[in-house]
Amino acid sequence: MKDSHYDVAIIGAGMSGLAAGIRLAHFGRKVCIFERHNTPGGLNSFYSFDGRKYDVGLHAMTNYVAPGVKGTPLGKLLRQLRIEREEFALCPQKQSRIAFRDCSLKFTNDFAVLDAEVAARFPQQADGWRALVQAVRTYDDVSLDAKPVSARQIVGRHITDPLLTDMLFCPVMYYGSAQEHDMEFGQFVIMFKALFLEGFARPLEGVRVIIRVLLEKFRQAGGERRMKCGVTRIIEEQGRAARLVLDNGEEVTAGHVISSIGFAETMNLCEPPQVQAAEENTGALSFVETISVFNRRPAEWGWGDDTIVFFNDSDRFEYARAQEQVDLRSGVICLPNNFNYGGADLPEGIFRVTCLANYDRWAHLPEETYQADKQRWFAAATHSARRFLPTVEDAVLAEAQIATDMFTPRTIRKFTGHLNGAIYGSPHKIRNGRTHLANLYLCGTDQGFLGIVGAMLSGISMANYHVLQGSAGKTA
Amino acid sequence: MTKDDCKKLVIDIISDIAPDEDLSAIKPDVRLRDQLQLDSMDFLDIVMELRKRHGIEVPEADYTHLASLESCAEYLTPKFPTPKA
Repeated sequence: MKDSHYDVAIIGAGMSGLAAGIRLAHFGRKVCIFERHNTPGGLNSFYSFDGRKYDVGLHAMTNYVAPGVKGTPLGKLLRQLRIEREEFALCPQKQSRIAFRDCSLKFTNDFAVLDAEVAARFPQQADGWRALVQAVRTYDDVSLDAKPVSARQIVGRHITDPLLTDMLFCPVMYYGSAQEHDMEFGQFVIMFKALFLEGFARPLEGVRVIIRVLLEKFRQAGGERRMKCGVTRIIEEQGRAARLVLDNGEEVTAGHVISSIGFAETMNLCEPPQVQAAEENTGALSFVETISVFNRRPAEWGWGDDTIVFFNDSDRFEYARAQEQVDLRSGVICLPNNFNYGGADLPEGIFRVTCLANYDRWAHLPEETYQADKQRWFAAATHSARRFLPTVEDAVLAEAQIATDMFTPRTIRKFTGHLNGAIYGSPHKIRNGRTHLANLYLCGTDQGFLGIVGAMLSGISMANYHVLQGSAGKTA
Repeated sequence: MTKDDCKKLVIDIISDIAPDEDLSAIKPDVRLRDQLQLDSMDFLDIVMELRKRHGIEVPEADYTHLASLESCAEYLTPKFPTPKA
């Protein structure tokens, strides 16, 4: 028993769990992160397949601001984790677009570009647009006890053109909303700032660079990490998480437990079980993503400008669980070659497409059907997305294509444990991280700060709020 | 421990917390918040680093004493142990 008590136990070695761990270890807490998989990163991890390295979910890191810009989430995160900006080696995007059937809005890491595009395409909406931007800028989006309000309602006060409304909601929803059709205004603000007022960047080598930095900080600070060793049960005694049972049957105890695996997923570990709470707070939105690898640069086909393209072909943009296995009407294209890598480039051309999907229609297919369906939808999703890029003949792409991969809601469930493959978790976020147990808190997806910078800030905030702050002023 | 030594220790802490701030020309009698971009998270870190590095406790009620470099020195200097001769 002597080594199995921790000041803090963290469930999950994703961005939020690692960030929480760094804070706690830095300030002398005995902390251990328990991770079921052999690779850290959680929803933003990486893998190798056929000798090639892939990122799991990351298109771009949002919240990018140029060096010297202070007071934004990226700066806060770097300070809190004592990370030098250069360590993340972030390379900014070229440009991105919101591409609807008859209208396109370009945006970059300079907000003035989007501002001018909106003014030019929607002159009638100029005043409303300014008012909305002002409302976003002044909203306290990091408050831990804000009352939820509908973003549709607040945006509707300022923007009356349904096309512009949909064009604004499309990227904001795709990059973080767990809710169908609408989102909480605080979440809208977080994403609007992250995408439009701040921007996109990526390390040349992808998300593994960021994870490597976090792991090294955690190790230096004296944190302990147990991989391939998930938590399988959280045993309640007198209103507290008294003991954690690990996958290997071992038991550990901890003064505080921070879970990054999602609200419902955490409730399902509790003993006595919290079945109803889990059922009522399970997300429904999942995605497929296709990855095409080419032996040419996308720029050779005129695909060299756009970093990310958010597309939609319908009269109204509908963000909801797909009726079929995949909803082809809208989606997101990512061309990771199109960041400003300062002269360097990725060794191969990469083209990724994300679309909304339906977990139930993927979950229980027999293996053969599953593989066949993957192939079919791979072709359909890439075709759908290519409508929003300069035309390239099928034969030309096929000749250049050297590898493909695809993940489905089933893949997400398998590798992240997220119920329904819902990467953005439950629509209901718990900002202060509290649960029914006094010493069990949530961080990450279901706490509600979004994106990978948001995830790290979530871990930081919860570590500060529940563990460090409470004792900061107390005499030891 | 002189007040000047104490100010130096506080500046060391701030430079680790906020390496992107220019600390070369801090005015000791002006509020830190008014000359540097420090938010409440950063102030909490100053308090925690004081404890981690120097074993000094600053109760929440006393946070106001950390407003400027001068008031930091005034408040913190007596908290450092006097070296025995």
